Formats: sequence, structure tokens, C-alpha cells
Amino acid sequence: MSKGARLSFGRRLVLAAPYLWISAFFLAPMLFIAKISLSRSVLAIPPYEPVFSRTDGLAGWIEKARALNFDAYRTLFTDSLYVESYLSSLLIAGVATLASLVVAYPFALAMARAPRRWRPFLIGAAVAPFWTSFLIRVYAWIALLKDEGLINHALRALGLIEAPLPMLATTGAVVVGIVYSYLPFMLLPIYSALEGQDETLREAAADLGASPFEVFVRVTAPLSREGVVAGALLVFIPATGEFVIPDLLGGSSTLMIGRTLWNDFFSNHDWPAASAAAIALVLVLMIPLLLHERGRMTDEEARR
Amino acid sequence: MTARAQAFSRAAVLAAGFVFLYGPIVVLAVMSFNASRLVTVWGGFSTKWYASLLSNAQMLHAAKISFAAATASAALATMLGLLAAIALARFGAFSSRMLFFGAVHAPLVLPEVVLGLALLTFFIALGIGRGFMTLVIAHATFAMCFATVAILAALKGCDPTLEEAAMDLGAPPTRAFVLVALPQILPAVVSAFLMAFTLSLDDLVIASFATGPGATTLPMRIYSQARLGVTPEINAISTLLLALVAVVLTISAIVTRGRGRAW
Repeated sequence: MSKGARLSFGRRLVLAAPYLWISAFFLAPMLFIAKISLSRSVLAIPPYEPVFSRTDGLAGWIEKARALNFDAYRTLFTDSLYVESYLSSLLIAGVATLASLVVAYPFALAMARAPRRWRPFLIGAAVAPFWTSFLIRVYAWIALLKDEGLINHALRALGLIEAPLPMLATTGAVVVGIVYSYLPFMLLPIYSALEGQDETLREAAADLGASPFEVFVRVTAPLSREGVVAGALLVFIPATGEFVIPDLLGGSSTLMIGRTLWNDFFSNHDWPAASAAAIALVLVLMIPLLLHERGRMTDEEARR
Repeated sequence: MTARAQAFSRAAVLAAGFVFLYGPIVVLAVMSFNASRLVTVWGGFSTKWYASLLSNAQMLHAAKISFAAATASAALATMLGLLAAIALARFGAFSSRMLFFGAVHAPLVLPEVVLGLALLTFFIALGIGRGFMTLVIAHATFAMCFATVAILAALKGCDPTLEEAAMDLGAPPTRAFVLVALPQILPAVVSAFLMAFTLSLDDLVIASFATGPGATTLPMRIYSQARLGVTPEINAISTLLLALVAVVLTISAIVTRGRGRAW
């Protein structure tokens, strides 16, 4: 079928429901916050102006459209809370992504090298917790990390520490929470990259005198690169916008943009600023995805 | 390294990994049967927290809201996702396919806070009162995207020549689809429904934005109590939810058995 082909009546009917739904409840709201991000914050309901209404007529609309401005975006750069929240989100998500790579790689390797008949069961068991409630899994860590929690209790019983280590309400706890919650995202792509590798390549390297370490560094690791990159993106992107983990496990000083946005919206009622921050967040998160996609395309062309 | 040492270190890594994944959940479940309020003291086996949960009217109401919203939004999301997947898999490059494709996939990458914020401002601007309806709409929108991806993957896996054969033998396209393709993708449709159901049941962020007074969901209740610290009642309800997911996962494993995973 040629590009831009017209659909038959029946097909249009099938497409209509999902198309209208996603337009009404996703595209329209997204365009709407883009518009609010250009408005000014006021003490009113709704708390921004201008508000376009049908009764204005074209002249009124043009008049009001002149009032739209980029002030809210300027605030993003001048208000240190936003700048710090973004930078701190990127940093926390970056550290957590590295940490989950360190945890997931050996785990995935051990599963990929396990006897073949065991593998589906192992990977299934490793991914299963992902289906349970995210909120509950984060909540479970509170009991482990708090001052009177299990880890502090165990460390004290072993005589390793005298006073409880402050672990809950720290940035470290947020990193642990992210690693725990998003581990399957890192695990799955690395596992499939490792599991699909040709065993004979490793045997050949070993036959040519490479030590097991050299085999890993020169054969196994480079061949799993794509899985690592995919896993890193799948952890980094949702972690950056995370709200629940920094709110439950982080301290009051743990700044993350998802949390700042939430507070801005529910507590400060600054809609234009929150909308601008949301749009900026979307752009920030799309950049690594687009870079990844472009890198993939260049790779494909180079291979051709 | 000898083969034996390798096997041993592999087993050690696997054990450590599974302890990390399951440890916190197991601790939570064990604590829900602990008579003591303290995490570190075992006060004996008790089901009293489950009993007190049953007399917590707020919690029960929230659970009802959550299950009703999950059922309604999962049904909607599965239907919309099925139609969207059919359009994306079978209609070729229709005009505005890119826009539709992008719109269906974008919510998968966007932070939930952004989605929630967009929906809330939209509902308020249109003067739509927030409550159960808006909650279902928000969850259906979000879950529909996951359902589309799952069903689309299954549709791409089925052989179009079988449907063509049915049409050559005189079946109209709709009938050919219902009789030939639909039975093949049915496991994926069931999985999509279960996925949409668990997404809705679990969601805190979008629900907090989209719902209104009178329609507080279970995760919202759990969250507001969890912020204040660990309580045995929350442990009990969490354990019940974990058990529910275990049952659902087992059912879906049986349904999709032998056909490969749908996503």
C-alpha cells in the first residue's frame, strides 16, 4: 500500500476509537500543558492566564495570544530549585544506572551460562517481582533501611556498629531503591545479548591462548554492548522522572525533578512553571533516546 | 578456573541475585504475620493485622475503588489496544500513521508525573469533575499503550497467509480476522488485559492526579500511610496484593504456556 493511502470505511471505523481516544486523552492534554507553560501564573481558578474562551472571537484570541511568553521557561534556568533538581535527578539516575549495571551483569551472565533447560525458569523468576506492586516493593525497603530496621539490627547484633547507621532518607537509599525496582529492565536486555552469543567464539579465543579474563574482556563484553546500552536507557529514563522512590526513601534534601514537579503542582499551584518543567523533562529524556536511535541508524548504515 | 569452580561461582551469583530480588518481599510477608509491631522483634505468629484490616472501612473502600477501576480500565484498554494493534499491523502506511504510532508509544517513555499533570490540567480546564470516571479514563489511556504493544507483537507473529486463504475461500475480512487471527492472538489479548489490570491496580502517580475526592485508590491509601512509616496493616494488605499477583502470574503462565511470551 502506498504511503498516505486512504482507508476503506470499515477500516476507518476500526481506527476511529483508539485514534479519538489517544487524541482526546493524550495528545490534547499534552498540547494543553504546552500552552499553559507559555502562560502567566495568577491567583485564580484556573491559576493561569490568558484563558481562551469561545466567546472571545478571533480578535480577542489574537490579543490574548500576545500575552503568551517564555517566562516560565526562563524561570527554569533562573530558579535554582529547578536547575538543581534536574542536575540532581540526572546524577542520581546516572549513579543508579551504573549500580544496576554492576548488579545485573554478573547476574545475567550467570543465568545465560546456566544449563539450557534451567534458563527460562531462572529468567522468569528474576522478572516475576517486576509484576508485583512497585509501591509495595519500594515500601518493603523502609523496613530494611530504617534506624530500627533489619539491616541496622543485624549489623549491631554482629557488633559491627554501635549506633544505627542512617540509611533511610538518604540519597543512597534512593539509589538502592532504583536499582531494586528497575533491575529487570537492565537484566533482560543484557541476558538476551549474552544468551544469544555464539559459544564457539569464546572457545576459539581460549584455544588461541586467551585467559578466561581476556576472553571476557575481548569477546563476551564487546558482544553484549547493545544489551548494556538498551538496559542503561531503560533504567536511566524512568529513573530520572521517578517520584515514588525519592519520596519514600529519600530525605528532604534529595532533589529529584519528579518530586519537585509534584510539589509545585499540588503545593505551590504554579501551573505554568510545572508545565514548563514537564515539557523540559520530556525533552531532556528524549535526547538520550534520539541519540541512541541515531547511533543505531549510523551503525546500520556502516554495516551495509 | 575449573569447570567446578565456575559452576560454584555461578550458583553463588545466582543465589545472591535472587536473595536481593526476593529478600525484601519475603521480609514484608513474614512481618505481616508478626504479632509485634516492631520489625526486629518476633512476637509470635498472628493474623491480627489481617483482622484489623478487615475492619478498616477506609482501606476496604479504597480496595473496592481500585478493583473496580482496574477492571473497567483494563477492559477499555484491551479493546482500544486491540483495535489500535489491528490498525498498526494490518492497515499499511495510512496517512497520519506516524502520529498515531508516536502517540500510542509516547506514554510508555514519558514520566508518569508528566502524564498525570497533563490529564489533570485538561480535566480541570474542560470543567470535568474529577472522580471515578476520570480515574478510569486516565488508567485506560495509560494501559492502552501497553496493551497495544503487547497485542501488536503477537499480531506481527501470526501468519497473514492463513487469513488470506480464508478470504480466498469467501470469508469477508472481518469474519476472516475473527475466525483465523483472533484465536491465534487470544493469549496475548488475555495477557494484555492482565497487564492493564495490574498497571491500574498498582498506579499511584497518575491516580493521584486524575482522581477526586471519594475515589481514593488503594495505592494512594498505602502511600499516605507508608510516608509515616512501616505499619503492620500495610504489611498485611501488601502481602495480600503480592499473593494476588502471584495467582495472576500463574494463570497467565498457564494461558500462554507453549505459545511463547506475548511481549
